[in-house]
Amino acid sequence: MARTADGLVLDQVSATHHQRGGGTLTAVDAVSLTVAPGEVVGLVGESGCGKSTLAKLICGLQPGFTGAASFNGIPIRPLTLARRPSELLRIQMVFQNPYASLNPRRRVGAQIEDARRINPGTAASVVDLLDQVELPATAANSFPHQFSGGQRQRIAIARAVATGPTLLIGDEPIASLDASLQSKIARLMRELAREVGASLLFISHDLSVVRLIADRVVVMNRGRVVESGVTEELWANPTDACTRRLLDSIPIADGLGRLPHFEG
Amino acid sequence: MSNTRVTVPGRKRLMRVPDAWKNPLAISGTVIVVLWLLVTVFAPWLAPFDPLAQESARLLAPNGTNWFGTDALGRDVFSRVIAGTRTSIPVAMILVVISLLFGTVLGAVAGFLGTAVDEVIMRVTDVVLAFPSIILAMVIAAALGPSLMNAVIALLLVSWPQYTRISRSLVISLRSSEFVIAGRLMGSGVFTSLRRDIAPNVASPMLVLAAADFGSAILLLSGLSFLGLGAVPPAPEWGSMVSDGTSNFSAWWIAAFPGLAIFTIVVGVNFMGDAMRDALDPRSNGRLS
Repeated sequence: MARTADGLVLDQVSATHHQRGGGTLTAVDAVSLTVAPGEVVGLVGESGCGKSTLAKLICGLQPGFTGAASFNGIPIRPLTLARRPSELLRIQMVFQNPYASLNPRRRVGAQIEDARRINPGTAASVVDLLDQVELPATAANSFPHQFSGGQRQRIAIARAVATGPTLLIGDEPIASLDASLQSKIARLMRELAREVGASLLFISHDLSVVRLIADRVVVMNRGRVVESGVTEELWANPTDACTRRLLDSIPIADGLGRLPHFEG
Repeated sequence: MSNTRVTVPGRKRLMRVPDAWKNPLAISGTVIVVLWLLVTVFAPWLAPFDPLAQESARLLAPNGTNWFGTDALGRDVFSRVIAGTRTSIPVAMILVVISLLFGTVLGAVAGFLGTAVDEVIMRVTDVVLAFPSIILAMVIAAALGPSLMNAVIALLLVSWPQYTRISRSLVISLRSSEFVIAGRLMGSGVFTSLRRDIAPNVASPMLVLAAADFGSAILLLSGLSFLGLGAVPPAPEWGSMVSDGTSNFSAWWIAAFPGLAIFTIVVGVNFMGDAMRDALDPRSNGRLS
């Protein structure tokens, strides 16, 4: 069905979580989504709307999803105890929590080195990769605990880029960072993704940051895609109530000291 | 592989003593343990008398010749305490190493594979842990008959489950942690993931546990010997020496000196274990800033 240059194609995918006490929760409900090669797509929505489940699903970390999901024509299979299929290694993820996504007992350089090893082409050197994320070369010999959250997230980004990805997924990579760093890290991810020719699926609940980097925005609510479109159009004319709510939640620095207002 | 370290000028020296070893308790613990290890190595040269020979008068109080006195059979207590290191310390080490390896691997398998394998392994550990370990060890040792080997087997049978429980829970929490998943996403197979991401993070808490357990292994071993289920007389063993002393309460030195030996090494090992716990935490030393 899909040809090799199709990028990521999700067609009516659904994923359910089993809850304690026997209930099920449909976290992702018949979502169709495409990320074309080289495209930067922002995926926004409130907490619990299924964004992260969708990210996991794309990486093969959501066993038992239904619907068709493929990446450059290769169907996405959930990860088992077996090694991840090499065709799918080109999908890499930057996690939300930079304190948990790096091995505390291995040096940063070694962790980036591991990532370089699966790069199908010639990966940039560890020092160059660190330089691209604005960290000094000496960082390679340090352990993750010696860095701040923002620095760790840069390391995680350098590691993801070192693998030579064609699709980079950021699962709320800026949510645990200081406000002043958020747009910086988001821009850095976009730049690096473009530099290595990867498309980027950037997940966030903060539409104001997503607006800065995304070509196209997809809005999710309660597991469904409620709106999608070119970033500026969506920013100017949101049609869905959920999108408006996300837009309204952006604080405005107008000196009036208003809190963002919520409806309902 | 960890040998892919990038050499960059101006990096900090790696081989420096972590701060955790620089407190008085850690230093005294280490000194005590090192002294005992030296005694173990040089026992035959340090003991002034043959620990088995009945060459002095019976029940002599500590004096210039027999520093720790003599026991009911006229054997030199000092020589016997020194000779006792060669039983207690190596046997306790072997005991701890075997139960550490066996228990940790079993727990890691249970935690990593989950499902039925996990169920079976954990129910067996539950059964073993349901008995007080010293009593279960006594039962097993009594069933096998008194000998040092049987005491070791009995203690092995009761000491592995604690490692299994802890290594299982560590592996379960690590298995779903983001850096392990990140490794899997970068194509690590199960074994690479275990070796590179999981094992280093399981190893140090397990070593700390083993260090603490070394003290209790000595205690349990002496306990079994005290009860007549371990080392067989006339072999010099601290627990059975304490037991000898109980029949001669007026000759306090027969039980007091081996008791003191047990006490000092257990305390020393525990102080070392605490320091080890702090030192092996990568967050505890060498912070940038």
